[in-house]
Parts: sequence; C-alpha cells; structure tokens
Amino acid sequence: MSSDFLNINNISKSFGSVEALKEITFSVEKGELFGLIGPDGSGKTTLIRILITMLFPSTGNAQINGLDIVKDFKKLRNLIGYMPGKFSLYEDLTVEENLKFFATIFNTKIKDNYYLIKDIYQQIEPFRNRKAGNLSGGMKQKLALSCALIHKPDILFLDEPTTGIDAVSRVELWEMLKRLKQQNLTIVVSTPYMDEAQLCDKVAFMQKGEVLEINTPQRIVEDFDLPIYSVSGKDYYKLLLALRKMDITNTAFPFGESIHLTIKEEMNPEDLNGKIRKFTDQNTVTKRIKANIEDCFMAKMLKKDE
Amino acid sequence: MNKSIDKYVVSVKDLTKKFGSFTAVDKISFDVSKGEIFGFLGANGAGKTTAIKMLIGLSKPTSGKARVAGYDVIKNPEKVKYRIGYMSQKFSLYDDLKVFENIRLYAGIYGVSKKEIKNKTDVLIKDLGMVDMKKKLVRDLPLGWKQKLAFAVSMVHNPSVVFLDEPTSGVDPITRRQFWEMIYKASEKGTTIFITTHYLDEAEYCTRASIMVDGEIKALDTPMELKNKLNVKSMQEVFVKLARG
Repeated sequence: MSSDFLNINNISKSFGSVEALKEITFSVEKGELFGLIGPDGSGKTTLIRILITMLFPSTGNAQINGLDIVKDFKKLRNLIGYMPGKFSLYEDLTVEENLKFFATIFNTKIKDNYYLIKDIYQQIEPFRNRKAGNLSGGMKQKLALSCALIHKPDILFLDEPTTGIDAVSRVELWEMLKRLKQQNLTIVVSTPYMDEAQLCDKVAFMQKGEVLEINTPQRIVEDFDLPIYSVSGKDYYKLLLALRKMDITNTAFPFGESIHLTIKEEMNPEDLNGKIRKFTDQNTVTKRIKANIEDCFMAKMLKKDE
Repeated sequence: MNKSIDKYVVSVKDLTKKFGSFTAVDKISFDVSKGEIFGFLGANGAGKTTAIKMLIGLSKPTSGKARVAGYDVIKNPEKVKYRIGYMSQKFSLYDDLKVFENIRLYAGIYGVSKKEIKNKTDVLIKDLGMVDMKKKLVRDLPLGWKQKLAFAVSMVHNPSVVFLDEPTSGVDPITRRQFWEMIYKASEKGTTIFITTHYLDEAEYCTRASIMVDGEIKALDTPMELKNKLNVKSMQEVFVKLARG
C-alpha cells in the first residue's frame, strides 16, 4: 500500500484561453514537508486553490487521504488548513477573537488543540487584545498560522508565506514549519525563493504551469550533470560578459560574489582558470563547485525552452 | 543649487522621521557616489520605506538633511522628483496602455521634448529587445518583461539616481539575473542605483550596502568588508546576525 497522503493526477486548469496548469501529477507522503518552488505566474497558487477545494480543476483529479477534492469537498475542509499569501483574517477583530472565530466555525475550542499552536501563539499572546489590523507583519503571520491550525488539520497548505518578508522572519517561519512537521502534519508550502527548497523534504519545480522536476533537494543537486565552476575577479560585470563569449562556455550566471560557469566538458580548474585569465585579461580565481538548487532550476528552465 | 557642485548623488545627514512618539528613522547619515550600486537593506519595519519616501521627496523629514540629485529634499522636493527615477515592486506601468505608449507617457510626464520622445522610445524598445512586443498591452506581458520595461521607463529622463524598491521579488532566477545585468549596465553609464531587496545574494552585487535596524543604520560597507568584519561567509549571515541583534 502506498503511503501517499495527497495524490494529484493529471490536473489542468484553464482560465479562458490561459492555461494556468498543464497536466500536473505528483504525490505527497504523510508527514512530508513538500515545497512548490517557482516564480510568480508559475501556477503555484492555482494548484493550491484547487487542492483546498476552492477551485475546480478543468480536467484531472486529486485525493487527500483517499477523499476526492471535488466529490468529498465538505469532508475534506475539516482536514485542511490553509494560510493564503495575502493576510485574510478579520482586521477589526482582536487576536483572540480571530482565533476563537476560526475555532468556532470548525466546531472546536481553542483549548482542545492549543498544544498544536502553543509554540507560535505564545509569541503573540501578550497582544491578544490588539486588533489584528494593528499587528506587525511577522505577528500577523503567526496569528494566521495559528488560525489555520486551530482545527487540527491533517494537511496544511501555505501559499508563499515568506514572500516580501525579511530574511530573519523567513528563518523563523521555517523553524516553525519544521516543528509542526514533528506533529505528523503533512505540509505543502509554495515559495519563489529557491534557497528555501533545501528546507523541504521534497520539492516540485514549477514554471509556466508545468512541473519541471520533482525530487528531494539533495537528489536534484546530485543529478546536476554539467561541470560547474565558480569564477571570481575584480571587474564582475566585464568578467561576466567575457565569460559568455568563451567558446567552451555553456552558461555564465551571477551568483552573489562569484559567477557560476558551466562548460561543455569537464576541465581541471587550474587549466580552466588559465584559459579564463588569458581570455578575459583578469586575475581570476576558479574553483570546481557543486551546483545549488538555483543552478538546477535555471538549467531545467533552459532545457525546457530548447 | 547646481548639481555639479555636489560630490555625492545622495547625501544624508542625521535624517530623522517621527510619527508621534515613534521614531521610524533615527538620525541616519550616509553618502552615495555617482555610479554606485547602493544596497539599502533591513528587516520589515526597520524604517527603509519611510527613509526612501523622504529621499524621493514624498515625505517631509522631522529633522536632519538630505540632498538628492543636487537638490535639498526639504526645500526642493519637486525638483528632486524630476531628477530621480523610481520603480517599486508594484509596477507603476499602465496595464491598459501598450508598451510604447507607456514609454511615451512617462517621457512626457518627465518633460522629455516631443522630438526626443519618438527617438527615445524607439531606442529603448530596441535595447530591451521588445520590438515584437511594442504594440502589446502591458497587461499581456509576462512578469519578467514588465519588470524590465518598468526599470527602463524609470530611467527614460536620464535621472542621476534610480530608486528601486524590491524590483525583483517573485521573478524567476534567470529573469532576476537579467534584471541585474540591466542594473550593472546603468551603473556603468554613471547612473546611481539605490536598491532594496530581500534576496541577499543580490546584496553581494552591490558596491556598498547598509543594514537598517530599528530606524538606525547599523552597518555600512562593501559586502566584502561587512563579511570580514563579522567573520561570516555570506551577506545572508551578515543580515541575520545584525538584524536579529
């Protein structure tokens, strides 16, 4: 028997002539932290909305814990927790009133499942009488997460929880998700930040409504099959332009303080550096490196476009 | 008044903004030179947006001084607006206008002469590689193209400094890099770039970066120096270390 908790079979969705999703198929295991990684417009939100039973697929089907997302939507809504990308709680209700409201509509009480949100809710409890609209961004998010969890869902969907928030709050959010995972909660999270893929058990790369790749982040990185090097030099932009003109170059992309260069055939880094120095007339340093998630995503994008 | 006497394109001294008893920006001081790519980083709520609003002449400082593009932001906020470019994460382009119409509109608003507008529009569209898309409505463009167009439009009047507020959020990694190449190109031509971002690998591309915490500038240096000082390997670590306190 398969341990898959969420099954997605061939889901497509069109809005008029726009194909938002094209034949999406994958599954998520119970207790897995699954990442939908992709830029704006790649279909992440549409897919999540279909899975939380808010939108019908045009074709295809999906099941959560054996229940069909179309036929069994009423039953499913009790099993699903959802945190939308945009803050959607009642701004004119207090922190505590919001939480009570969500507990009540799911026919439960705050104290019944308090253990699940304790870690997160404790941080905003001192402000429980403050109106939700007057909370800072980070606190709003903690409240939204508490409200999404208060009915003890089996699966939690988070739509771009880290978009537009700073690096410190991003780290905090992922720490919260990691702790929730220990409660055997299945989590599906979407993000445009490639580096967050490493924090997931498994990821789907999404681009233009299609899945480019599904695997564990470790496996994706290991499967990168081009020789890749980091090159650094004094005049960054000139170096970048020069590297692109070399005949052995496959791609050259800026990556923080160095440039990631992929070439057609493996070369000894010292020989390669010699060649680069000669060609670019810069005192460069070249190292053989391992590809990271973003290298992999870009390689998949380019392959798709070919 | 003449901008040629200014050594810096942006020069800020003890700039402060208070809202009631809350100090959003607390005596910040820094200078930005011509052609620099200046990263203006900070956590949400640190005061970045408030500071930028003062620099672009939209919000009056409580105290302190700032000169931007040759003009005093308190005395001549309208002149500042003419000499700067601005692009925010929410695009300022008109969705229901065509690509070339957006360029013409902004060129007109910024006082580019009629004769120049036609020529400028053609050059810009060609540089962007958007000749085939020239007559498309902006709303039908993919996000990446919109962003590139918005950046080009923000520089249609040859401003001495462009303020970019999270210009790359949500775009795919290849487009994000293409966008940065446009930034390099502009900086090479002498345009000063003032940029905020949540992608900290992008902070590495800046000539210098400042990190704002609770209304103050806690650190300001080249990415290399910032990393060396804190003895860490990436700007991500620099940021987390400083912003977390």
